[in-house]
Amino acid sequence: MTNIPMTDIQTDVPREAQRTPILVAPPRRHRRWRHQEGQSRAVVAASAIIALALLLPLALLALDARDAGWGEIHQVLFRERSLFLLRHTLVLSALVMILAAVLGVASAWCTERCQLPARRLWTMLLVLPVSIPDFVVGYAWHSIAPTMNGLLAATLVMTLGTYPLVYLPVAAALRRANPVLEDTAHSLGKGRFVTFSRVALPLIRTAVLGGCVLVVLTVISEYGAFEILRYQTFTTEIFTEFQFDPQAAGALSVPLVLLGLLMLGIDGMLPRRTVSSTVSAAPRRARGPVRWRWSVAPMVLALGALVVLGVGMPIGTLGYWMAQSQHTTLPAATTLTSATWTTLSYSAWGAAIAVVTALPVAMMTFRRTTAPRVILDRVTYITRAVPGVVIALSLVFLATRYAYGLYQTSVLLVVAYAILHFPLALVCVKTSVAQASARLFDVGRSLGASPVAVFCRVALPLLAPGLLAGFCLVFLTAVTELTATLVLVPIGVQTLATQFWAYQSEVAYGAAAPYGLVIVVLAAVPGTLLGLWFDRERHTRVSLT
Amino acid sequence: MSAIELRQVAKGFGATPVLTDVDLAVPDGSMTAVLGASGSGKTTLLRLIAGFEHVDAGTVVIGGQLVDDGCRAIRPQHRGVGYVPQEGALFPHLTVSGNIGFGVPRREQHTVAQLVDLVGLHGLEQRFPHQLSGGQQQRVALARALAIHPKVVLLDEPFSSLDASLRDSVRRDVTRILAETNTTTILVTHDQDEALALADQIAVLRDGNVVAAGDPRTLYRDPPDITAATFIGEANILTAHVQGDQARCALGTVVLHTNGSQTNGAAALPGPSRLLLRPEQLVLHLQARANTVSATVVDSQYHGHDTLVRVALDDPHCHLLLARVSGDLALTPEQPVWVEVRGSGRAWPIRME
Repeated sequence: MTNIPMTDIQTDVPREAQRTPILVAPPRRHRRWRHQEGQSRAVVAASAIIALALLLPLALLALDARDAGWGEIHQVLFRERSLFLLRHTLVLSALVMILAAVLGVASAWCTERCQLPARRLWTMLLVLPVSIPDFVVGYAWHSIAPTMNGLLAATLVMTLGTYPLVYLPVAAALRRANPVLEDTAHSLGKGRFVTFSRVALPLIRTAVLGGCVLVVLTVISEYGAFEILRYQTFTTEIFTEFQFDPQAAGALSVPLVLLGLLMLGIDGMLPRRTVSSTVSAAPRRARGPVRWRWSVAPMVLALGALVVLGVGMPIGTLGYWMAQSQHTTLPAATTLTSATWTTLSYSAWGAAIAVVTALPVAMMTFRRTTAPRVILDRVTYITRAVPGVVIALSLVFLATRYAYGLYQTSVLLVVAYAILHFPLALVCVKTSVAQASARLFDVGRSLGASPVAVFCRVALPLLAPGLLAGFCLVFLTAVTELTATLVLVPIGVQTLATQFWAYQSEVAYGAAAPYGLVIVVLAAVPGTLLGLWFDRERHTRVSLT
Repeated sequence: MSAIELRQVAKGFGATPVLTDVDLAVPDGSMTAVLGASGSGKTTLLRLIAGFEHVDAGTVVIGGQLVDDGCRAIRPQHRGVGYVPQEGALFPHLTVSGNIGFGVPRREQHTVAQLVDLVGLHGLEQRFPHQLSGGQQQRVALARALAIHPKVVLLDEPFSSLDASLRDSVRRDVTRILAETNTTTILVTHDQDEALALADQIAVLRDGNVVAAGDPRTLYRDPPDITAATFIGEANILTAHVQGDQARCALGTVVLHTNGSQTNGAAALPGPSRLLLRPEQLVLHLQARANTVSATVVDSQYHGHDTLVRVALDDPHCHLLLARVSGDLALTPEQPVWVEVRGSGRAWPIRME
């Protein structure tokens, strides 16, 4: 899964920190600021380089398309097949989006607004599908019920995999929304449903729509699950074409990228903050231990079913095939270890690069509104719309055309991970940078600390959690990444995902299972860390208000 | 008749008790202020009356109807209680009219215009909350609560978020509107000046209990005990010896008043007592006179209309006393003054503490 809904924390940064650079025109800087101007110039330069690197895939795609020539593009795109793929992609996206929105909003409502026992456990379980790659979910269903194919199967698998993308931002929005508003609606004589539709829903609308955009972006860039379930979309077609006719693959990427950009455009048009009154952050009320009431039983059953389907089913199936294969062919432990090691190191490198490059960009975007800042914001934003397969293809194109030495090396794969997941790293780092306001650095300096000391004693402690969270998030998504990995992995090297893929393609479900299980475990660890970080975020926010 | 009656109400969250044994009766058409420090359970009390929380024990009666007895509770939407939360909490996605008309049935929507006029927001009907000033938001929140013709209106610290300059006028507006509509009101506040100025009845909430209740004048002049005395207004507490209707203390002999509402005879009980004198009962003179005690100025806080002066008596105990003097009187620390007591005091025997 490549998209995690973290747009919500972007709006979670203290209001003060968000507004200052935008609303308040900074005083003209005089000579005594030159020192910082110099710093800022370095940041601008670094950011510009990073922005160019991020634009690389799109530029290469354009070059590729130009090389292929209009005739080729025309031939590939304007045929019945393309229409068929477009319809397939759109129908599936729409179905999954609607279902994920319903499930996400309903479960967020249950955990945030109802007297649900063991609320935190439910929250954790409901988010867990993020750590299970969709191709593993597809494998789980298909290996148990081989007749599960086509649209309905794809809808089921993708819905179960993507509803957390709606759940997370909506739960955050509900937590942020002042519950007093809903109390007031009750006191004005309105029941639960009217209150939900007329008060709560307008408040979480942006979060719901933002989550939906992420769901669609995920669906249109998914490859593995659809290949298993035999459902063709643009991405599966691009992948197939890539093996025979790379230029056709390039041509097919154009409408896919346009679709992604369209979704991004929709996302960009959403109001980032709903019109907020001067009402400050929601007052936190003490929650006593929740007493069991029979009225929540249907809710618990429904959420339980969702968790069983979304988490229990894939993990159970992996376990089942593991048990089955005990006396047949378990893969050699050495292959498993080496694949694990490869996955770990690739993902860690990709995550480290993404986080380090995100830092200057994050510092940049919280400065005053200048042309470079705006351009940079847009560029980093655009990357989110480019599916992994397109980034991979463009890097293959780059290597084969301009840097053959890089072709089939791990460098290319790590770079692909970094570019692909850069937006995720940026979101986390931005949150931290926003909290570490320049005023704190000034205070540090005024207390007699040297710039280095300020960096170590003020900046680093404030930034570290965000950097770590960004690392975890990118690491998690890189471990579960399949599409770009299949395209770029050097010959002879196996990662967990590619090995899993190879075995399951040969219907060696038992042999594939351990790889799937290790992927889930590796992804669940940073997932848990992230959960902790989010909780911490909530605490700091409370103390800031 | 009481519009609201709470009897032996108890409420806790988890293991922490918030309200232990609250009795409160709010007369029809009056404004009752619940005065308490932050964390004393004021907001919880309001939320229990509104029905957002349910009592653990005790009963809540609104307009003669039992709404919560610890077992069964009527839902908030069926209680007819207007709730004005802290800082207004307007629906950010609705206009002024939309907010005020939220609880009004469709066929009665024309009444919204009257309410807009009532709170003096004519012409702002189509504004959104973020386009309003704090005072305007507060008035919209009030109109929204009044729109459902509530049996009672609950105000949760309605003025605390307003600027000092705005607070007075909004307070005046709100009390006028509530008086015009003859609405029973409970106002929760931590501001004793506000409670004294606005309420017909004050209930002092402390550690989950109503420790004192009564009309503002009585509570200030004739509080039931020392705790209540120190909670409402500034207080000087001196040890004294009561004999008859007089008390001897470090300031000389002070007459006690016994005509208060609480005629428990405490003032007349002879023996060692504690004596309450309000700061405005102490008069400072720059020269020695009859019936004065010499003291030294410690420091003073200038408020414009008056000055609060701390003085230390020149006796072996160095009693620290607070005096309210005219703002024109300029006093410097270390300056010698002479203290005179005006009016009568209130005393409680020490063993009753």
